[in-house]
Amino acid sequence: MLTHLPVLQVIVPLMAAPLCLFLTRSRLVWLFALMVSGLAFLISALLLQQVMTSGIIIYELGGWDAPWGIEYRIDHLNAFLLLIISSVSTVVLLAADTSIQKEIPAEKHSYFYILYLLSLAGMLGIVATGDAFNVFVFLEISSLSAYALIALGKDRRALWAAYQYLIMGTIGATFILIGIGLMYQMTGTLNMHDLSIRLPEVAHTRTVFTAFAFVIVGICLKLALFPLHLWLPNAYAYAPSIVTAFFAATATKVAIYLLIRFTFSVFGLSFSFTALPLHILFLVLGLSGIFAASIAAIYQKNVKHLFAYSSIAQIGYMIVGFSVSTTTGLMATLLHLFNHALMKSALFLALGAVMYRIGSVQLSQFQGLGRQMPITMAAIVIGGLSLIGVPLTVGFVSKWYLILAVIESGWWPVALLILLGSLLAVVYVWRIVEMAYFRPPLTSNENIKEAPFSLLVPIWILVMANIYFGIDTRLSIEVAQAASQSLFGVNP
Amino acid sequence: MWMPEIPPFLPFFIGALIVLFTRGILRNVIMLAIPVLSALHLWGVAEGIHLHFTFLDYQLTPYRVDKLSLMFGYVFHLAAFIAIIYSLHVRDTMQQMAAMLYAGSGLGAVFAGDLLTLFVFWELLAFTSVFLIWARRTKSSYVAGMRYLIIQVLSGVILLAGALFYASENNTLEFGHIGLEGVSGWLIFIAFGIKCAFPMAHNWLTDAYPEATVTGTVFLSAFTTKVAVYALARGYPGTELLVYIGAAMTCFPIFFAVIENDLRRVLAYSLINQVGFMVVGIGIGTALALNGAISHAFNDVIFKGLLFMSMGAVLHMTGRINGSDLGGLYKTMPKTTVLCIVGAASISAFPLFSGFVSKSMVMSAALENGYDWIWLMLLFASAGVFHHAGIKIPYFAFFAHDSGIRASDPPNNMLLAMLIAAVLCIAIGVYPSALYSLLPYNTSYNPYDATHVLAQTQLLFFSALAFVWLNLKGMYPPELRSTNLDFDWIYRRVLPNTLQQMFSVIWQVDSALRQAFLIRLNQCLSFLSKRHEGICGLLSRTYPAGSMVMWVAVILASYLFLSFIR
Repeated sequence: MLTHLPVLQVIVPLMAAPLCLFLTRSRLVWLFALMVSGLAFLISALLLQQVMTSGIIIYELGGWDAPWGIEYRIDHLNAFLLLIISSVSTVVLLAADTSIQKEIPAEKHSYFYILYLLSLAGMLGIVATGDAFNVFVFLEISSLSAYALIALGKDRRALWAAYQYLIMGTIGATFILIGIGLMYQMTGTLNMHDLSIRLPEVAHTRTVFTAFAFVIVGICLKLALFPLHLWLPNAYAYAPSIVTAFFAATATKVAIYLLIRFTFSVFGLSFSFTALPLHILFLVLGLSGIFAASIAAIYQKNVKHLFAYSSIAQIGYMIVGFSVSTTTGLMATLLHLFNHALMKSALFLALGAVMYRIGSVQLSQFQGLGRQMPITMAAIVIGGLSLIGVPLTVGFVSKWYLILAVIESGWWPVALLILLGSLLAVVYVWRIVEMAYFRPPLTSNENIKEAPFSLLVPIWILVMANIYFGIDTRLSIEVAQAASQSLFGVNP
Repeated sequence: MWMPEIPPFLPFFIGALIVLFTRGILRNVIMLAIPVLSALHLWGVAEGIHLHFTFLDYQLTPYRVDKLSLMFGYVFHLAAFIAIIYSLHVRDTMQQMAAMLYAGSGLGAVFAGDLLTLFVFWELLAFTSVFLIWARRTKSSYVAGMRYLIIQVLSGVILLAGALFYASENNTLEFGHIGLEGVSGWLIFIAFGIKCAFPMAHNWLTDAYPEATVTGTVFLSAFTTKVAVYALARGYPGTELLVYIGAAMTCFPIFFAVIENDLRRVLAYSLINQVGFMVVGIGIGTALALNGAISHAFNDVIFKGLLFMSMGAVLHMTGRINGSDLGGLYKTMPKTTVLCIVGAASISAFPLFSGFVSKSMVMSAALENGYDWIWLMLLFASAGVFHHAGIKIPYFAFFAHDSGIRASDPPNNMLLAMLIAAVLCIAIGVYPSALYSLLPYNTSYNPYDATHVLAQTQLLFFSALAFVWLNLKGMYPPELRSTNLDFDWIYRRVLPNTLQQMFSVIWQVDSALRQAFLIRLNQCLSFLSKRHEGICGLLSRTYPAGSMVMWVAVILASYLFLSFIR
């Protein structure tokens, strides 16, 4: 059983999804989905533990040998991502039952859970697999379900946002596929490990350069790198709250994983950073993303939009860490991956609670909520502090390493720019705080009460995780360090 | 009995929590008990590191005790106790909580053994104290508080940047001697300097302190700048630059203080002036100078607190604080008048008052180390202090022309707090060895020798004479309702205006260009011009899918181009 863990990780949610159709009652489906996601979480925890103790796990599907059959390779990086995705998915699902009651019509509840599980399976598959074409397949599974999930949003603009996401996502996936096809043409293999061995032989050809450019652009589109981020704000803002919380914490992270996997493992470090001036390119795009998105966030009237823009800015931080391309820099990126998943899922779930009570997340509706929904607002404030990077929260840990990495490389103006970017975060978080705590409640919201317990529990699990991992950094740092060192080929 | 070493900020933070859940007498008792108990506990603490743990790769020491930090620890407890008595009549949960948290943050900062802990308390100081300003609940206090907060947070961010550089340069975060070497040294220096109200960076103080509540200002005057003085004394003793900065700080506020009408703002200027003496002492850096700086910080907390309390009492009873509105109050507020004069005498360094025994140490140290010009500047500053704080404050508030206000003495708790402070001022002045025995360095110093006493008395006498003469001749700047321009005029008026003008020009050019461009493209873009709601700003506009795809094409093309030209 334990040897089959890598495939079970993907198969369990994938198979469970259609089973939801047989369960008719919404609550039953919810319990089932929660169980499945919890199981996936358990599997990923076991996998991580195995990887940490005994190194890379290789699993051959159906017993076919690697270059011909599909191979699942779980190393530190994969295991770390699997844990992030499955844990966030489980905690978010805890809140789903209550939250979707007000946002999705009752007859669509079981579809919601089916799509959710499919999307989860797709993301886990992208991360677990060691086969380039398999990546594309799972990418499509997760994306197609994502488009449908976003379209479930109550606001009619959700449909249109989902459509735009569909177009952009499909272009991104197609680019990745074109890249993979070109690679296949040159090497005759789709296995990532095999590719990494064979690509250097043909590395000088234009085909490989083109393949690289297509893959990178496709991934950048998926991870919403500035200026390819335009699909993201609306998709996040108009989707149901649960969907936003889930995707904000995981979808872009998976794309970052792909970026790291393709540049570091498949194409190899020396090729990736010489074929394109990725250092400077990503540094500039990352920094402009931080500033453009943070400034845009300051001017938003819809809080979900606001945090969606802040997500783009946070992706900028990860990309800056990536562009440093040292072990510390990559470690900072990986840490921020983990930490950002924690903060954004907490924040968007808390917004879900506000949505549940008020039915809107316009900033103007937040007036006086500090008195009426104190526990939810406290969660938003702590999440916001974490976003800014205040000590004792997770945000501080990753920014610390990011700045350290930047200073190590001698780019100290960049360090100052990053700090300046954090100040912008202070501004947009402050806008919410000011609205919630310094204004009298709206008369139309006079009877608003605190969110129900079933929402508060998952929110506060995530908030406490934000604080816990900001103080006890052993787990996240150890794994991130091991992953980044193994990517650089350094023996820990 | 075994006692765990509790870091002193903890009782205050817990106290703040209790304040939230208690009312009335119980709350008052608890608020009074906390500084007393905490101080008793602190008295028995041995020097050394009492708390440390590993965070990331660094050793953090949130509770480190040595003589320097103890000295500040004692005076902060004292100041908190006096200020709490003074504010017992306040019925405002937010203000009382903020005050407790603020005092706790100050204590946390002086016992912080590493830069990261220092940064945390540095920012906490800012975030807790701003509520003391906002608690006045006026429009102007809100705006001033905001400006205050921005500058303080900025100082914290610079400190953090400095700490990061320090960590990567030295591979440790321990807060010891830093010195002006490398980027980290300068960044941390600037961060400390902002909180210490260095010239050009001082406006947050004179801007925000007079806007705070009556009781809030008393708390504010005690902690923020003294934490900065402590930090400078620990990180930059003997940095010569500080001598000149400090000397400038002692002199320039005098001119502003003399023409200022708001009496609490006068005190805010004189606060900068007093901090200047401490900064000079730290800059000289000898044992005597450092002792002088630290003991002056100790005394300043008490006598400046006393002056702020007496002016607060006037504001509390009359509702006015401008020199031009007040006068003649001695008839109905005799006790306040006497207590205020004690504070004024202390700040002016009259022999037998506390200011004398510490200020003279700094001045002697300046003379001993060959800073003759600095000594002269300090002498001038001393005369100036006597002028604006020693004479002007009591004279315009309690004497001068009779304003016709007949306010009685303030409530008993305010009087008691002022009395305690006044007794301490005199006690330290009469028996300075008690204070000297607490000092970190060993110097047998005696302030009461003939030269000191004579020089100081002469100085004070002639300064008083000048005031009387100017006043009789009608040449003394009269108290007028006016707005005095200080450096903050640059960033409150000039900068916004120039920026506005600059932007309007840019916008005009921009819009002209845009117009021309738009006309050309109008036909093909007309279907794009249907804007969706919620549009604000170029960055956050909702783009149609077509333009997104265009960006994809652009990026792909440029990636391909970049990879092919190699």
